[in-house]
Amino acid sequence: MTHYSAFMLIRKALGRNRGWTRAWRNAEPRAGYDVVIVGGGNTGRNTTIVRSNYMIDGNTRFYEKSLQLWEEMSGDLNFNVMLSQRGQLNLCHSPAQMDAAARRGNIMRMNGIDAELLTPEEVRRKAPILDFSDQARFPIFGALWQQRAGIARHDAVAWGYARGADRHGVDIIQGCEVKGFLWERGRVVGVETTRGAIRAQKVGLAVAGHTSHLAKMAGLRLPIETHLLQAFATEPVKPVLDTVVSFGAAHFYISQDDKGGMVMGSDLDGYNSYGQRGDLPIVEESMACAKALIPLMSRLRVVRQWSGVMDMTMDGSPIICKSPIDGLYIDGGWCYGGFKATPASGWCFAHTLAKDHPHELNSRFTLDRFRRGHQLDEKGMGPTPWAH
Amino acid sequence: MLRIACPYCGERDQVEFAYGGDATSSFPDLADPDLDRWTDAVFIRDNPLGDHREFWQHQHGCRQWLYVVRDTVTHECKSVTPAREAPRAACG
Repeated sequence: MTHYSAFMLIRKALGRNRGWTRAWRNAEPRAGYDVVIVGGGNTGRNTTIVRSNYMIDGNTRFYEKSLQLWEEMSGDLNFNVMLSQRGQLNLCHSPAQMDAAARRGNIMRMNGIDAELLTPEEVRRKAPILDFSDQARFPIFGALWQQRAGIARHDAVAWGYARGADRHGVDIIQGCEVKGFLWERGRVVGVETTRGAIRAQKVGLAVAGHTSHLAKMAGLRLPIETHLLQAFATEPVKPVLDTVVSFGAAHFYISQDDKGGMVMGSDLDGYNSYGQRGDLPIVEESMACAKALIPLMSRLRVVRQWSGVMDMTMDGSPIICKSPIDGLYIDGGWCYGGFKATPASGWCFAHTLAKDHPHELNSRFTLDRFRRGHQLDEKGMGPTPWAH
Repeated sequence: MLRIACPYCGERDQVEFAYGGDATSSFPDLADPDLDRWTDAVFIRDNPLGDHREFWQHQHGCRQWLYVVRDTVTHECKSVTPAREAPRAACG
């Protein structure tokens, strides 16, 4: 495997970029493996924001671990994931929201995470294009600021991990659909696929929006519903917004990518769907939010719109645990928090698979927390997955 | 835009309706202390790929609750009936 470096980049560029070798092998499935992970490569829907401003015990330290792994990722993987820690503004639009932000910030700081409460003037210095006028529909009272938050390039993360995994001897088998599980005495011992049966001592599911669908093949029903989440990108413009901003008056977030496009998203479409295409009411809502927050958005054209399926859990927090079936492990229910969790999710899942018990960081992401009444409901929405 | 044919008002845009979620889980008797049955009803879902039985309320119309069978892949609404005429399992 070639080691990427600036020197190599220049050498290849001078050689007209010929002779690059492929980043990972196109492996043929073997008859058996120690562990088979189904899925685990999709970053398709994401608006690429990474942050660790979670408040509930069980979430806070997990997402901080994730952010720490993000900070080391490009070096660890020898692949530039273009992490830009440009900071995130969580805007507040009322004195009550400022109080809530102060509480959240205090909890973050007590966990060793950076957080700062900003006055409207400080917010204005960081993001002058927000609507600070007298006409603003939702006046800005301040913000909770996390400097270490930012954005990363979602494709690079998937490619970097694929290359890194390949380096460690992992076979990445592409274009291979799982049709069912192999069983022995009530235990899962592999997967039945379109490219034949593959045996494994342990099978892990990391299949984003289709966790219920795969789990159903194993006879499991989960506390998950699949919903649509859309994202939008505008035509590229000169740099106008150099932080990530989340609106406090509605569910909406926006940042400007490296090409200059404004990337944004808002609520779920609001009904169960595997359709992978968004509906118009959310387009309208997102644009209304964008316009209310940043007036100049009304002059921009949306050039891309896409939609992905989220497996929304009943409390809005993920599941990383051993399933009730021996040999089957689940990493899912990422709602729309999956991208920022990528490194810690993999790290904790690997720990759980290897040791057969959870790491302290994912010890609360169990399936049975619902039965025991130990939900991790960051927003306090209750078992209405489309409202998280 | 999803279009739902309200049996009282006719076919209308989805924005007139509020989603009421999965219509197949029904609560146990209120006196039932069994934790598994309650967990099942409150939290566990089939989450089917294909036909999904669900409730919608025509909030900005006749305000009636409706029982809809909708495909979660194509979004086609296959049937819309008043919720009170829904199959027993769906009524809770």
